[in-house]
Amino acid sequence: MADQSIPYPGTLAPVETEGGATLLEKLHSWVITVDHKRLGILYVVYSIFFLLVAGAEAICIRIQLARPNNHFLDPAVFNRFFTMHGTTMVFLVGMPILFGFANYLVPLMIGARDMAFPRLNAFSFWLTAFGGLLLYFSFIGGFGLYGMGSAPDVGWFAYAPLTARAFSPGHSTDYWALALIVSGFGTLGTAINIIATIVSMRCKGMTLRRMPLLPWLMFVVSGLTLITITPLTAAQIMLLIDRYLGGHFFDTQAGGSAVVWMHFFWIFGHPEVYVLVMPAFAIANEIIPVFSRKAIFGYSAMVAASACIAFVSISVWAHHMFTVGMTSSSNAFFTLSTMLVGIPTGIKIFNWIATMWGGKLCFATPMLFCTGFIFQFLIAGLTGIMLAVSPLNWQLHNSYFVIAHFHYVLVGAIVMCIFAAIYYWYPKATGRMMSEALGKWHFWLFVIGFHVCFDTMHVPGVLGMPRSIYTYEADRGWGTLNLVTSLGGFIQAIAVLIFAYNLIVSYFRGKPAGNDPWDAWTLEWSIPSPPPEYNFATEPEVRSRRPLWDLKHPEDPDWRYDQ
Amino acid sequence: MIPSFKGKTARWPRALGLGILAQFGPAPVFAKDASLSGHMNIFSPSSTPAIQISHLAILVFAICGAIFLFVAGLLGYVIFRYRARGQESAEPPQVYGSNQIELAWTVIPVLIVIVLFLATARVIFAVQDPVKPQSALDVMVIGHQFWWEFRYPKLGIVTANELHVPVSSSSHPSPTYLKLTSADVDHSFWVPELAGKTDLIPNRVNEMWIDPLNPRLYLGQCAQFCGVEHAKMLLRVYVDTPEQFAEWTRNQQQPGRRDSQVALGRQIFETESCMNCHTINGTAATGRFGPDLTHLMSRATIASGIAANNRANLANWIKNPDHLKKGSLMPAMQLSDDQIDAVVAYLSTLQ
Repeated sequence: MADQSIPYPGTLAPVETEGGATLLEKLHSWVITVDHKRLGILYVVYSIFFLLVAGAEAICIRIQLARPNNHFLDPAVFNRFFTMHGTTMVFLVGMPILFGFANYLVPLMIGARDMAFPRLNAFSFWLTAFGGLLLYFSFIGGFGLYGMGSAPDVGWFAYAPLTARAFSPGHSTDYWALALIVSGFGTLGTAINIIATIVSMRCKGMTLRRMPLLPWLMFVVSGLTLITITPLTAAQIMLLIDRYLGGHFFDTQAGGSAVVWMHFFWIFGHPEVYVLVMPAFAIANEIIPVFSRKAIFGYSAMVAASACIAFVSISVWAHHMFTVGMTSSSNAFFTLSTMLVGIPTGIKIFNWIATMWGGKLCFATPMLFCTGFIFQFLIAGLTGIMLAVSPLNWQLHNSYFVIAHFHYVLVGAIVMCIFAAIYYWYPKATGRMMSEALGKWHFWLFVIGFHVCFDTMHVPGVLGMPRSIYTYEADRGWGTLNLVTSLGGFIQAIAVLIFAYNLIVSYFRGKPAGNDPWDAWTLEWSIPSPPPEYNFATEPEVRSRRPLWDLKHPEDPDWRYDQ
Repeated sequence: MIPSFKGKTARWPRALGLGILAQFGPAPVFAKDASLSGHMNIFSPSSTPAIQISHLAILVFAICGAIFLFVAGLLGYVIFRYRARGQESAEPPQVYGSNQIELAWTVIPVLIVIVLFLATARVIFAVQDPVKPQSALDVMVIGHQFWWEFRYPKLGIVTANELHVPVSSSSHPSPTYLKLTSADVDHSFWVPELAGKTDLIPNRVNEMWIDPLNPRLYLGQCAQFCGVEHAKMLLRVYVDTPEQFAEWTRNQQQPGRRDSQVALGRQIFETESCMNCHTINGTAATGRFGPDLTHLMSRATIASGIAANNRANLANWIKNPDHLKKGSLMPAMQLSDDQIDAVVAYLSTLQ
């Protein structure tokens, strides 16, 4: 393993970083950078910061709910916290971190020197960053002239007409809408950039059928992003027109429709789930083969399944609306379309297991997280099928069962893959390995905390506990379950703190990584860690999906087989 | 045909990994005493829609449980069997895929989806498009921040937070059909043991039905975030025997009781702002913003199910509603303690 002697044609030794730059100069260089790698790191750091913030909000929520009739949080504060927790995790953690990985990795994996539009890239990041600051500025600025409210408190789904000025005075809802519009534009810019990069910047020999799966999935995700963010932005603009220009789109007191908001929001909201989860698939697609020491099983099927998920996901949004009084035929249609998504998703799970089958599984930290991901994503998918059954959804919708289900997707699948990705590519980005010992502590504590928390959380949903409630009656029989859920939450928090500590300490004390610490096969491992600003000294040329495999195994190269 | 997790039947759901749910089934001691019934378990249904959903749920849980056992077993086997042992550095044989295998694990899930979809469609149409019998009772449910208004158009009754409906049986079906709408923001009507939830949406009328099979109290609460006190928008459904329901109806149809001993309280009620929001039939009070109080004392709770309906809680509530429910839309009217006592005395006569 870790053979650093493999030269990829045309690579250069790392350039000595010039000494003597002051701290201010260094910071300045990060602000003005258009380098895709630095922007990628900025995205990831920004997201980890907000992960800690929204995680702290979640901990407050769990303390409040740990016992019935608790008074830890005021009702209004609780409502702000769950709104901000959801909005932050989706828009300021999930989206930016995944685009951060795309930014960092796509050019490296397709053998390009940068993204297609480096300045658009920087502009998109700073828009996203500004959107996040705007959202959090609401804690100070949301009082507005009315002295009402501070942070948004309408739920991350912000159902009309609760967002109308009659029910949401002050400016908190405006901050919410504006922040999402601004960060939405940033997201659109990045999505366009990724598409352009993948279409036009692949290195010599890298046909679409030879492109690694991570860029492939990022390509699909970016296309899906263009479709999903648009209705969200449109809905936010309509909401602001309602609030300030006398519009009546969602103003039910004047003949507007609350249901139209739901349609707009979920036409964004459901494909959004796949926008978030497919980059997680992309990460697993890279890590599982390397640590199984085998090529990915069914490459074409994986690409086809991803495209299929993206396509079907556009027609499932109303499964969030089974209780709003749709006709029986609409309910049947959205039940079927939602169940259909399960088929390509199942294909992916089977392909990952088949990749591991017959391999030599090395359970380093990235692989531990990916294995946990497969297991948890399996359960998340199955509870998703249960929720697709619309009559059962009439019972479980808006209950804690749903909360448990989507945290299984968002934490059990996406966050696990994000952790895997950070352990896997941290050596590439910093030149140093993360501590394996701390990594294992992180993994086991996190997995135990996760299951204590979210497995338990399904049960109060079945027992009638609705979401978004700041407290509950003692006679409902939900007390113990909520206490256990909260304990699981605290265990996860400890694991995340260990992770944060590992991130910082390894940067200074981690052991040097070399070019290729995992004995991997894609192009980013052929160049120094951290990569020089220009990535590749000369354009690489590839003949198969695993160019480094071909170099390491000249006796049995991939290109001999029809790909 | 109500699935129960008591006794013998408890074994097979436990085998599916649902054992944990079994512990929360209605224990016999609670089933008798309605006031202790804190149970809102979707697996102890007591009305046709909820029963059909729970049957479907068991089928879906069984299928998903079987898939879980198979795939997780496969994953566990792979992890155990193919973990790296020793230090030998040779790479394992490289396999790139197999169209036959891909086809197999596409077709089998397709078949499972077809089965699940057909089973689901049957229940969708059975619950959503039934034939409404002549004997059905109609109730209009109107959601408010943060309480429930119930209107019985054919009976001329208006009440709040505690819905009374007659028990239904296969020999004498008397289902209740609810029409649901909202006066302000979205809410959702959810009593898990009677039916799935249906949203109350302003500017729109939704429908649902229940035919409760056992006379007792059923609990629920608002299931759509509706503002600051969403958590305290509780819901009580009293399923009465036909005799109890007839008696309740007779009482509710009377105008508000007049009692000269509490004339002072009534005068305060009608001269301070109380009557702008509340109705008491047979008096000048006709407000509709808050709950109808004509028969306030026939209800067991106040403030949408959060506190027992007694004089102490009433006084506390009138003095400052935020004590019980911070963010409630009822203002504190700044009455003196004597005035509050008089108003409470008046309200206490509204049987």
